[in-house]
Amino acid sequence: MTFTIPIENGNGVKNAEADSQRTLYPYVTGTSVVAIKYKDGILMASDMGGSYGSTLRYKNIERMKAIGKHSLLGASGEISDFQEIMRYLDELILNDNMWDDGNSLGPKEVHNYLTRVMYNRRNKFNPLWNTLVLGGVKNGHKYLGMVSMIGVSFEDNHVATGFGNHLARPILRDEWREDLSFEDGVKLLEKCMRVLLYRDRSAINKLQIANITEECVTVSEPYSLKTFWGFSAFTNPS
Amino acid sequence: MSQSSVDLPPKGGFSFDLCKRNDMLTQKGLKAPGFLKTGTTIVGLIFQDGVILGADTRATEGPIVADKNCEKIHYMAPNIYCCGAGTAADTEAVTDMVSSQLRLHRYQTGRDSRVITALTLLKKHLFSYQGHVSAALVLGGVDISGPHLHTIYPHGSTDTLPFATMGSGSLAAMSVFEAKYKEGLTRDEGIKLVAEAICSGIFNDLGSGSNVDICVITKGHKEYLRNYMEPNPRTYVSSKGYSFTKKTEVLLTKITPLSERVEVVEVAGEAMEE
Repeated sequence: MTFTIPIENGNGVKNAEADSQRTLYPYVTGTSVVAIKYKDGILMASDMGGSYGSTLRYKNIERMKAIGKHSLLGASGEISDFQEIMRYLDELILNDNMWDDGNSLGPKEVHNYLTRVMYNRRNKFNPLWNTLVLGGVKNGHKYLGMVSMIGVSFEDNHVATGFGNHLARPILRDEWREDLSFEDGVKLLEKCMRVLLYRDRSAINKLQIANITEECVTVSEPYSLKTFWGFSAFTNPS
Repeated sequence: MSQSSVDLPPKGGFSFDLCKRNDMLTQKGLKAPGFLKTGTTIVGLIFQDGVILGADTRATEGPIVADKNCEKIHYMAPNIYCCGAGTAADTEAVTDMVSSQLRLHRYQTGRDSRVITALTLLKKHLFSYQGHVSAALVLGGVDISGPHLHTIYPHGSTDTLPFATMGSGSLAAMSVFEAKYKEGLTRDEGIKLVAEAICSGIFNDLGSGSNVDICVITKGHKEYLRNYMEPNPRTYVSSKGYSFTKKTEVLLTKITPLSERVEVVEVAGEAMEE
């Protein structure tokens, strides 16, 4: 990938060609991803919408993908950059499989790789415009981490991207417990996704929940949440 | 009391003359000074007998906490209270002004004030200042036609809602309300939910903090619970008080009276009088 240094001529107008080589704004974006650790592994939820500015252009985008045997990646932000990251990770997993040495990359290693990629792109002023959530289980050890587009990376028991930071985090901080069962975990995620559906303008009512445990990774079929609009102040605003 | 038509000379209130000059200066590159805001979480909800309003108690001046325990729930009428977010001076001034207008109106009509009266007076004032009066309000009360809860935005638009949040902590508080609110809450359930929403703002938003104030308004009765919850007490206070270590030695106990070296002249009458 070439990177040209922008040249300023006398009027202060930058070289237009140089700018088209860098990501300046995101175009097709996905909204929040919310993920929690539970008793047997990691649960992650995201909706299936891709917004083109203020239009809801795509309603069938899977923003969560399995990586290798042990990890699950969820992304919010620019969809094309997410697809690019999937290509990098496919190459990484392929090389790992080619060693054929009985060892496979776990979530911690994939998270570290993604952190390096994101930070290095940011240093070249050409970021991958995503906030990534990486979760997985390897050898009984659960891992859940997040990387942002500027390379900020950390690990936690529950993470959320985008609007989820403001709307889902307070709920998770209050109600997350160490030993959630699968049903309780799904209920907690659905609670967060419902609030996001009510209050985030780019959310749609079609979501998937992904579950990763020591044994397998599953991404559920898309489904929708029940919403309640029957408050008397809505029907009769006096 | 009311805004007259254009031709009268400005007797008081905000004069827009300098706005043109300020615009010219910002175009030339001068940075405008910031405002003192109350980064805030304010909420209101309707329960089965009336309205509950809640607010945090932190007033910020940029990154500094200016007042650790300020009052954000303002009195409008015996049956109407108003929480204010935004610039502290604006919320105080606007609620005081409308509160006195309501009192005069009560004297004239001989009836209790209605919440929509306060709403109309506030929105008229805020709209006429086109958003420059930076006051975002949650107005709640119980009048002859029942309990009412409204939000008023700085530009003058209003909403009528069963539950409302405003301020920098509004998203954290709204997530609690959206997850847990239902109709027909009892008084205790309502107070618990409001306290939970304000705590969510206090702990998850940097602009809100300190304590929780709650005001419960029902038909004919109101309760102002100042500092209902104090979830941020000072944690490290030494129980022994401040004690000097035993290692400080007393070297000398000679007292030198200083008045020997100083002449004190008595001036008749005017010294120290201001």
